[in-house]
Amino acid sequence: MNTTSARSVHVDETLDCTGLLCPMPIIKTQQAIKKLASGQVLEMIATDPGSIPDTQAWARQTGNELLEYRTDGDCFRFLLRKAI
Amino acid sequence: MSTVAETTLNELIEAKVEAVVDQRLQTLVEEKLQGLRKKESRPKRVAIAMVSRGTLDAAYPAFILATAAAAMGMECGIYFSFFGLNILKKKTQARLKLVPVGNPALPLPVPNLIGVLPGMTALATFLVKRTIRKKKIATVPELLQIALDSGVWLWPCQMAMDMFAIKREDLLDGLPEPVGAATFLAFAADADITLFI
Repeated sequence: MNTTSARSVHVDETLDCTGLLCPMPIIKTQQAIKKLASGQVLEMIATDPGSIPDTQAWARQTGNELLEYRTDGDCFRFLLRKAI
Repeated sequence: MSTVAETTLNELIEAKVEAVVDQRLQTLVEEKLQGLRKKESRPKRVAIAMVSRGTLDAAYPAFILATAAAAMGMECGIYFSFFGLNILKKKTQARLKLVPVGNPALPLPVPNLIGVLPGMTALATFLVKRTIRKKKIATVPELLQIALDSGVWLWPCQMAMDMFAIKREDLLDGLPEPVGAATFLAFAADADITLFI
């Protein structure tokens, strides 16, 4: 596990999008966040480099908060908090 | 010279008028704000006119953008006309092809003169589908199902159906009723993003 996380956030659900290419990571993210309650946190792990700008754009557009993202080996980990 | 009674009356009238004006203004401001909020809360809308081609390289961008739009909370509609209708046909949607003729950007550029030979389209299609499988890219039928499930409108063009004698039952289940140009235009008129693929 990567230890560069700036804050310790409680993760409610983890979504594995490794190996998936555009547009699947954001589609799966949307489906997963739908099932969460407001304020809950989704951890999404992807390997597609395009998921970095895409997840940011998705968060901006949908109003869900991208708490942080970090590189973990070949993976990108995103922490997303569902909007109120 | 006004009497005390007159002064009081004037003050009363003034207060009453002020109250009425205040109330009216408040209503107007509230109405205006409501309108603005409604406008802001409307999801962004994407309209894709997917006209002429029923090939793999036409289907992909349309479905990738449509499913991504839906995932971002946008409202999206795609209009399928002419050969684009093949994408919505039960028989052909899984057998879309990549045509090498007139496509100099293929990974292995095929001269047009060779591209017209029998089997070249099948070969190009086979190669691109193998890449899609290897790289775990979503297939067109998968993306189409995601689009339907996430509320993307996939409108078949009524005129193209008449023209190519395509029946409603030849098309996939779960599609909206076939429509004409005006229906799509009415949808697209309120779109924030319009694309032609």
